[in-house]
Amino acid sequence: MNMTMTQKIIAAHSGTDSVAPGDLVMADVDLVLGNDITAPVAIREFPKFGHEKVFDRRKIALVPDHFTPNKDIKAAQQCAAMRAFAGEQGILNCFEVGHDCGIEHALLPEKGLVTSGDLVIGADSHTCTYGALGAFSTGVGSTDMAAGMSTGKVWLRTPAAIKVELKGVPRRWTGGKDAILALIGMLGVDGARYRSLEFTGDGVATLSMDDRFAMANMAIEAGAKNGIFPVDSRTLEYLREHGARQPAVFEADADAKYESTVEIDLGKLEPLVAFPHLPSNTRRAADARDVTIDQVVIGSCTNGRISDLRIAAEVMRGKKVASHTRCIVIPATQKIYLQAMEEGLLKTFVEAGCVVSPPTCGPCLGGHMGILAAGERCVATTNRNFVGRMGHVESEVYLASPATAAASAVAGRIATPDEMEGGMK
Amino acid sequence: MKTHGIVFKYGDNVDTDVIIPARHLNTSDASELAAHCMEDIDQSFVGKVKRGDVIVAGRNFGCGSSREHAPIAIKACGVGCVIAESFARIFYRNALNMALPILECPAAAQEISAGDEVDIDFESGTIRDVTTGRTYAATPFPPFMLELIAAGGLANYLCGKGGGR
Repeated sequence: MNMTMTQKIIAAHSGTDSVAPGDLVMADVDLVLGNDITAPVAIREFPKFGHEKVFDRRKIALVPDHFTPNKDIKAAQQCAAMRAFAGEQGILNCFEVGHDCGIEHALLPEKGLVTSGDLVIGADSHTCTYGALGAFSTGVGSTDMAAGMSTGKVWLRTPAAIKVELKGVPRRWTGGKDAILALIGMLGVDGARYRSLEFTGDGVATLSMDDRFAMANMAIEAGAKNGIFPVDSRTLEYLREHGARQPAVFEADADAKYESTVEIDLGKLEPLVAFPHLPSNTRRAADARDVTIDQVVIGSCTNGRISDLRIAAEVMRGKKVASHTRCIVIPATQKIYLQAMEEGLLKTFVEAGCVVSPPTCGPCLGGHMGILAAGERCVATTNRNFVGRMGHVESEVYLASPATAAASAVAGRIATPDEMEGGMK
Repeated sequence: MKTHGIVFKYGDNVDTDVIIPARHLNTSDASELAAHCMEDIDQSFVGKVKRGDVIVAGRNFGCGSSREHAPIAIKACGVGCVIAESFARIFYRNALNMALPILECPAAAQEISAGDEVDIDFESGTIRDVTTGRTYAATPFPPFMLELIAAGGLANYLCGKGGGR
């Protein structure tokens, strides 16, 4: 049948046996996601679709994470509008700050709300994160979210595919973030535009789920519609642990058609940094040691998960953040926050001179909790480094892994994690 | 359906963070968003843009965030069309869903200059640079998309067709 994983999931949700690249289909959705920025626009549009109630109150997730805890009155009004809509509609998965909340793309998998084979749309571009679980998930806008909430459907153009063959085992201090930065560097920020990124190869098995989440998360930064990983024993274990619904496992056909193939040898990865102002401006961190920095952010929907915090703490343990540098650590969800507390990671961060923030997207998009002044530079484990992304238009963001970000916080300049192993304070 | 206006020209990878910076996303009011449109790459844009004017840009226009606030801001400024070599896919959906006409036309995107006066006919996909006298053919919208744009976007269009559930 010549179909990729993505194409098979789209076909299965469109009542057809097969789809080909370019086919327009009307697909059923398993989950519709919105946040405190995008949902208010969708809620305003919702009545225009002519249905009083949402198509299924179990299949909508509303997450206040961008400007929360509410940064100002307008942000508070947006959360209030979302909360009121969830109440009126009886939406089951509307989360609340402090209770069980967090950054949407860390939270939904943690809550078991996405399973393998699902078709998910979300009014947030990083909705592609759930491809790590073998689901088709893609970012849409607020009108599509409103249509999805009303009808349970979304129109999709079936994407052609790029095969990303992963081989080898990542070396110490490198991982999923370096792999995806390497890929975006190779493809460019529009190199996968309208395509799916189909990750495959022996290297997949060597990547933790958190690594896979970070990689699928940044598929959009190469312009991709989605990024997707095959389902293996690690995926199934994750789904079981998090109480997800029964997975539907789709595998690419042996003769699936790919427009091109890109190979990444995980064993040859080095710590990478994406220079301003595009995620594709990747360089070896080792070649950027002259870049002094004012701030480090460790968190976000890309790298705010427990294994990210563990590796950052491992780098920082017993060391101090450079005196001219501020380091902000943001556990992505309440559960991760608690786990990091129990494991002593937060103690390590605070003793090193970091500030630990409540779960929020906050500084990643220049919202709050760590905005940059003119001329300031930040190393961040986030996903975008566009002009003005984290604050002033003359500020700069350098994207890196948690290990590289932690090392850079200690050094006060871009640094590689292995530099921290020689007892440097 | 037509538009006629003056061209504002930008480069490749104009992202949604510069179209409408996230610090302004604590509102979804179109006129408030319009007041900050493009301010991180062109502070003079909002003061100069007039109804019917046209944005012309390079590759991958609208990349980045899924914020529909980006096309909302552009449309509320009065922009009649965005022409680019290519569009990022979420922006493409969002723009059409809220009835901001956008045309992919590499030749026009490369050759038309800032300040040129252009005429665009959406039924035929014809872009005419009045200043240089050159004409470009973009792929015209199919009839349903023209209807959708005329209706003011996906919601109004589907509502007129019974909600689409």
